[in-house]
Amino acid sequence: MKKVLDQVLEVYPAKTFKNRKKHILIKSNDEPNPVIQANVRTVPGIMTNRGCCYAGCKGVVLGPVKDMVHITHGPIGCAYYTWATRRNKAKAEDGGQNFLEYTFSTDMQEKDIVFGGVEKLKQAIKEAVDLFHPKAVGIYATCPVGLIGDDINAVAQEATKEYGIQVLAFNCEGYKGVSQSAGHHIANNNILESVVGRGKKPLEQKKFSINMLGEYNIGGDAWEIERVLEKIGYNVVGRFSGDGTYDRLEQSYVADLNLVQCHRSINYIAEMMEIRYGIPWVKVNFIGVESTIETLRNMAKCFNDPGLTRRTEEVIEEELEAISEEISFYKDKLHGKTACLFVGGSRAHHYQKLLEDLGIKTILAGYEFGHRDDYEGREVIPTIKLDADTRNIPELTVEKDEERYRIIIPPERYETLKEEIPFEYYGGMIKDMDEGAIVVDDLNHHETEQFIKLLKPDMFFSGIKDKYVIQKMGVVSKQLHSYDYSGPYAGFRGAAVFARDLAAGVFTPAWGYVTPPWRKEPLLEGQIVGGEK
Amino acid sequence: MLDLTPKESYERKALRINPAKTCQPIGAMYAALGIHNCMPHSHGSQGCCSYHRMQLTRHFKDPIMATTSSFTEGASVFGGGANFKTAMKNIFSIYNPDIVAVHTTCLSETVGDDLVTYIASSEIPEGKIVIHANTPSYVGSHITGFSSMVKAMVAYLSKNTGVENGKVNILPGFVGPADMREYKRILKIMGIPYIIMPDTSGVVDSPMTEGFKMFPKGGTKIEEIKDTGNSKRTFAFGSVSSQDAAIELEKKCKVPFDTLPIPIGIDATDEFLMKLVKLAGGEVPYEIEEERGQLVDLMLDTHQYFHGKKVAIIGDPDTVIPFTQFAISLGMNPRYVVTGTPGDKFEKTINGMMEKAGVQGAKVKSSGDFFEMHQWIKNEPVDLIVGNSHAKYIARAENTPLIRLGFPVLDRYGYYYNPKIGYRGSMRLIEMMCDAILDKMDRECKEEDFELVL
Ligand code: SF4
Ligand code: SF4
Repeated sequence: MKKVLDQVLEVYPAKTFKNRKKHILIKSNDEPNPVIQANVRTVPGIMTNRGCCYAGCKGVVLGPVKDMVHITHGPIGCAYYTWATRRNKAKAEDGGQNFLEYTFSTDMQEKDIVFGGVEKLKQAIKEAVDLFHPKAVGIYATCPVGLIGDDINAVAQEATKEYGIQVLAFNCEGYKGVSQSAGHHIANNNILESVVGRGKKPLEQKKFSINMLGEYNIGGDAWEIERVLEKIGYNVVGRFSGDGTYDRLEQSYVADLNLVQCHRSINYIAEMMEIRYGIPWVKVNFIGVESTIETLRNMAKCFNDPGLTRRTEEVIEEELEAISEEISFYKDKLHGKTACLFVGGSRAHHYQKLLEDLGIKTILAGYEFGHRDDYEGREVIPTIKLDADTRNIPELTVEKDEERYRIIIPPERYETLKEEIPFEYYGGMIKDMDEGAIVVDDLNHHETEQFIKLLKPDMFFSGIKDKYVIQKMGVVSKQLHSYDYSGPYAGFRGAAVFARDLAAGVFTPAWGYVTPPWRKEPLLEGQIVGGEK
Repeated sequence: MLDLTPKESYERKALRINPAKTCQPIGAMYAALGIHNCMPHSHGSQGCCSYHRMQLTRHFKDPIMATTSSFTEGASVFGGGANFKTAMKNIFSIYNPDIVAVHTTCLSETVGDDLVTYIASSEIPEGKIVIHANTPSYVGSHITGFSSMVKAMVAYLSKNTGVENGKVNILPGFVGPADMREYKRILKIMGIPYIIMPDTSGVVDSPMTEGFKMFPKGGTKIEEIKDTGNSKRTFAFGSVSSQDAAIELEKKCKVPFDTLPIPIGIDATDEFLMKLVKLAGGEVPYEIEEERGQLVDLMLDTHQYFHGKKVAIIGDPDTVIPFTQFAISLGMNPRYVVTGTPGDKFEKTINGMMEKAGVQGAKVKSSGDFFEMHQWIKNEPVDLIVGNSHAKYIARAENTPLIRLGFPVLDRYGYYYNPKIGYRGSMRLIEMMCDAILDKMDRECKEEDFELVL
């Protein structure tokens, strides 16, 4: 394995070599807690897969909130590329609105860059309110906005007063931080500061209320998860933010438990809600059959209600019954194969569990923009040093809300439970990987190509920019961001859909046609061509 | 679908909704991919580059390679010179292109980065080339970006060495690889030597044969780009996407040029062929005449399905202009003609066409968007929509047949293999339109009206 790494790093110029070496490691049982370099600036020119802060804020966290008008303040591109390209599904709630088929922009022109875009932004907000009367409006800064000094926060404040709805400003200029991750953080801060808990009308506190955090309903994942949760008897209040609404965010403070699916993008809110309202959070994983079962059982333990616990087991049994035949059919076909995964900030870990259910071994995994805690576990957080590139992302400090703070699980029980289930804890990806597996942070094109050549995986899960590269190299590539327009992949039924899609990719007859027959057999002497022989 | 779009018109001055354009760099990236062994490079923060690669990949279902300077906040304040130099070093060491074609983003343009100086002070290996185009996204659209990059090819590379090559230069405009192939096929049949620049065929429609190649077989060779300065004449297809480069080439190398519409439809293709025969002399080979005759045959065979049909057309100016003329030549009635790309010429040209054809009351708009066009359709429906994939929402909401034309087509496969230009491409367009109209008829007519033969 060591040799593999050497070969991959070989072509790099000295400085790049030194840098990239720290982003790659081989899992070894001799060193159970290796340190990886992550969440630092991207090497220019290396062909990274990363995106920007704006994408993390508008594209990922806020964009899915369906009844808000999200206005991108910038030239047209940024708004254009986040128009219906991420599959965070939503449908309008009773009497509610759904703006996800639209994209809104101030479409800045040269004169807005020269003279400032504030007036245009104000006018755009006015027009959005006149036209749609939305629940709330979001304003998202793009690269030039910070540079020309448009004060979008002042505009938001003024508009909030004028229109009587919440107008939120997000300073998520693309150059902030080093990846999408900064945008997640900025989004989290503002949602917590300006939305959660604002609702005047305290909602009736239903039993078994939970919030889904960091679940964006790609291909209907959240709906599939909620189907099962509701069957057991849970009441989903807040959705952060797949199929989410503004009201649901506001009222999320009444829930008794926060479920964190994507740790990277939403752990900030989970932590802050715990401090402010006393709502405990637990790391969940609804990807994979075994992990879904484990998650459901952990949830039942939190609530400690005999009825709920019984229902949990009944539902698990029913759901398993419905899919097990299909899963074992595909497992027979797929087991023993090897996989590489390179996805944003959480799926590269979650999907290893689902692959494991199908008997597939993960030999390489990495995140685009995970932090060290996503790799090594939250225990390393105190040792993470912020560098100059991320130091400017504001940290929000919250305090206990004296009125609304509740003790939901008595402290003694909480402490014992903590031994059993991941309360406020995420162990990271590396612990779950096999000896000899490779971990790569911010994988780039060169490394992808080299690793495929050297490791010869049977499948490589990644995103759209890589997909056709990998496929051209003769390896099945399924997208784990967009699910190749399929899904859901979460929960029990999702596992079956995933298995079916994967088998389709591995066994499609087209693979057998890649080499033309005339390259496989020596050709007979031509009889017709040339005629006269 | 699109339930929140009101029927009542509402004049917007600031809020852009569902744009019919995107930003400059993606056009520049696409143009750069049309150079053989070229790495497109985006000088800005990396989000733009990822977005542009993604959208091109989604359209072509093929690898799209490009690098970025990956600005951080520091670079955004102090300039991206250091990022640029590091990038060049890495790109040449790791990926080894023959040429890097740099474009900018809103960020580096607002910062005011001076690319000429950066290039001059970068370590560029012997025999390798770096060119650049400024592509500020707050000006124009992706078509503007395409145009600027083609112009940069001329500015950096084209050379009049005094040795005439006897060729014509084809600046194909912002069209797909299949269209580039079609230009080449026509010129070959005509027996006219040519240089086409850029040429993305063989790059973004690459086959599944010998595995992944960082720099696929296709693309205009650097030598050919240089040699454009020695050609007889330049044909610039599409005034917005190609004319600037042609002007530059005339200025720099004294190659005269003609600006022609992209040859979509019969009139524009006729114009193209007339220019070719006039230039080269001789006759149009029968092969081409046969194709034209087939197209006219098809126009006659299908006329009853097109006559008087109302059509809404939305897309890039250089595609929409000839397509509108094509629709007129089919006896259709263009009601709404929209582009997102700014520029007065668009409205003037289309209105002129309409007037000449006696079509009245059509709404024509540059800097328009899908939202407004949808409002118009709500007030007066059409029989057919022609646009990119974004039009499918309107098509569904209003139960109107749609054909996909232009960029991007994100939701269909194989689009990129079929030309839309020339007589052949026009036949394909008729087939698509007729299918769309007849499919709807078949789906919705009463059972007793269902016909076997149409
Ligand atoms: S910042 Fe500018 S160049 Fe980048 S995607 Fe947005 S509009 Fe396009
Ligand atoms: S799953 Fe990945 S892409 Fe999606 S929000 Fe989390 S980190 Fe981002």
